[in-house]
Amino acid sequence: MFAALKSKENWQRYFKSLKFSLYCLTHPIDGFWDLTHEKRGSYAAATTILFLAVVAYVIRLKYTSFIFIQVYWEDLNVFMYIASVLFPFALFVVGNWALTTLFDGKGRLGQVYIATCYAITPYPLIQFPLMILSNFITTDEAEFYSAIYVISLVWVLFIGILGMSQVHEYGFGKNILFLIATVFAMLVMIFILMLFFSMISQGVAYFISLIKEMLYRL
Amino acid sequence: MKKVFQRAAAILLSAGMMIGISLPSYATTIDRSYTYNYDYWGDVQDSPDMYSVCKVFTSTELGLEKKLNSPQGIYVKDNLIYILDTGNNRILVFERTSRETIKLVKEIDSFKGADPDTFSSPTDIAISDEGNIFIADKGNGRILKLDKDYNYLMEFKKPVDNSLDKDIVFQPTKIAIDTAERVYCVAVGINKGLIKYEADGTFNGFVGATRVVFDFKMYLMKKIATQEQLNKMESFVPTEYDNLYMDKEGFIYACTGNVEAEDLKAGDADSVRRINPLGNDILIRNGVYYDGDFPVYGDLYMGNGGGYNGPSRFADVTVFDNDSYVCLDRNRGRLFGYDDQGRMIFVFGGAGNMDGYFRNPLGLEHMDYDLIVVDQLDCTITLFTLTEYGQLIFDAMDQFDNGEYAKSGKSWKEVMKYNGNYDLAYIGLGRAYLRQKSYGEAMDYFKLKYDDENYSKAYKKYRKEWVEDHIMIIVIVLLALFLIPLGIGRVKFLKYQIEISDAFKYKD
Repeated sequence: MFAALKSKENWQRYFKSLKFSLYCLTHPIDGFWDLTHEKRGSYAAATTILFLAVVAYVIRLKYTSFIFIQVYWEDLNVFMYIASVLFPFALFVVGNWALTTLFDGKGRLGQVYIATCYAITPYPLIQFPLMILSNFITTDEAEFYSAIYVISLVWVLFIGILGMSQVHEYGFGKNILFLIATVFAMLVMIFILMLFFSMISQGVAYFISLIKEMLYRL
Repeated sequence: MKKVFQRAAAILLSAGMMIGISLPSYATTIDRSYTYNYDYWGDVQDSPDMYSVCKVFTSTELGLEKKLNSPQGIYVKDNLIYILDTGNNRILVFERTSRETIKLVKEIDSFKGADPDTFSSPTDIAISDEGNIFIADKGNGRILKLDKDYNYLMEFKKPVDNSLDKDIVFQPTKIAIDTAERVYCVAVGINKGLIKYEADGTFNGFVGATRVVFDFKMYLMKKIATQEQLNKMESFVPTEYDNLYMDKEGFIYACTGNVEAEDLKAGDADSVRRINPLGNDILIRNGVYYDGDFPVYGDLYMGNGGGYNGPSRFADVTVFDNDSYVCLDRNRGRLFGYDDQGRMIFVFGGAGNMDGYFRNPLGLEHMDYDLIVVDQLDCTITLFTLTEYGQLIFDAMDQFDNGEYAKSGKSWKEVMKYNGNYDLAYIGLGRAYLRQKSYGEAMDYFKLKYDDENYSKAYKKYRKEWVEDHIMIIVIVLLALFLIPLGIGRVKFLKYQIEISDAFKYKD
């Protein structure tokens, strides 16, 4: 495993695929086509982007000026906070793949994952500088902050939509339709998960009370 | 062996049960201090007492032969205290002779020059600068104007207005007068605002009607509901005021207890307003709060507790000379102090029979910074005076208003020693530093308590100063950023030209 890390070629490929995410920012259609069909993306680079996005998502709480974000630290659970973004992300990837694979989408699960990760590139790219910028502006200039913030999200959405259409080789209308359907798929998955966990906890509670009862009788 | 397991299990279980039982009871027995405050997050922060009970006066202590009966109002002019002994149809005048003594000066139960010449349930009194006395004679449906020797001058009757229900009985409860002796009045069942009379007694319209918000849900309900259901529904009318206070600038502070928790939280209702002559609400609500501006409606939490529920219901309001104001909550018997920016200064009090607690407080007045509360059920007058801590806070505010910023900052620092959880002290200290042009320190204090507006003010100045101080460096850095790449490009270009030029090439 460490041998792979020592290989210079591997590192070069990694950086090349990471750099390719910048190309996808400005050429989403061409970029995402190459990403999956020409294998110019990599799992390592995709995971790096996702990791950076999560890091940005977390540390902006601490390092953005209090003018824009006020955090009630007593109530903040970092793991829950991270889960609140990673969980929907995972649901989206799985849900999208599960749906499109039934309706002749060409993307495989790994490809959907890579494409989605590459699509969120603008978020860390904009959030880190924005975090620094926020400490140098006043409430009068708050519009700049919110405008840039919105741009980062809209950009993600924009290249995400275009990227998905390229991965699955869908037309525009069908792509939108399945993205909306994915949202419902996510809801269904959440419902099933909740059902599953509530049943598990009920089952556990049953055995716990059974054991308690036995202990009383002993 | 089996027994050992049994015992271990029993011990574990009992320990678990003990923890299980003791934890919630521990959680419910948290005692709140008498005085408290809300921080930026709306959390309750215990506080040292700002006011302490100086004395509680009952009828005996006041030296009254006939006991107080349902007193409903209080008015203070200089060091005279007027108590409206509504149940006994009289007005008692006391003089505050020293810090904790008040002495009966006069008992007014009649006047000269009109019929009837006695009062019926008088509820409020006001005295103009010329010494004319205005009395809300509720039972007789009139507002009396008497001269200082209690001779009848004139009276204000039910306003003549088409929009007013003819059958409604005019019952003026609370009055206030301005410097020109115009009368503003709150009357039972009249919800169009404050009734305004000119000095000559003519009715001059209503001012400051409470807002009625259009509610789409209500509209739909009314479309669908049957007549019977409609009748059961509360009629949708503006709420009437409960009390009013004329501040020294001629603006009226009006408060009302007829508020619903949902409306307050949604910002559709106000418990207290500052009304300008046009009838608009100009109360400043600038307190820092995680969710918009700090709400000026008393307690932030309105749930059940101790037999009380619902929001704070303000029965009276009084305004200090520095534009801070105090509202009296008859629901839970608490007093809420706010400063001129709508930031909360203090909350204290409660419902009960002890000194400093109330059963149905209806009247509140101030004498300098001392507070006087009249309780209708207890028939007592409670006099609150500032503690050392409270004195420091008002000193700090007054010093700031007088432009003594260094002193004000020092006072706020003292306040901080008493109470490190007091947002106002940090913001006050920050404002003092801001005025003293110590922008960096000001920023630190504002940041601690999330005051973004003031922080931005300080930061803007700080940034400007920094740029002015470092202008040379900035110019040099900018030039360097511009020139160095340019130079590098030039050098590269030259090298390239040398490389391709024929002059330097060997000719074979």
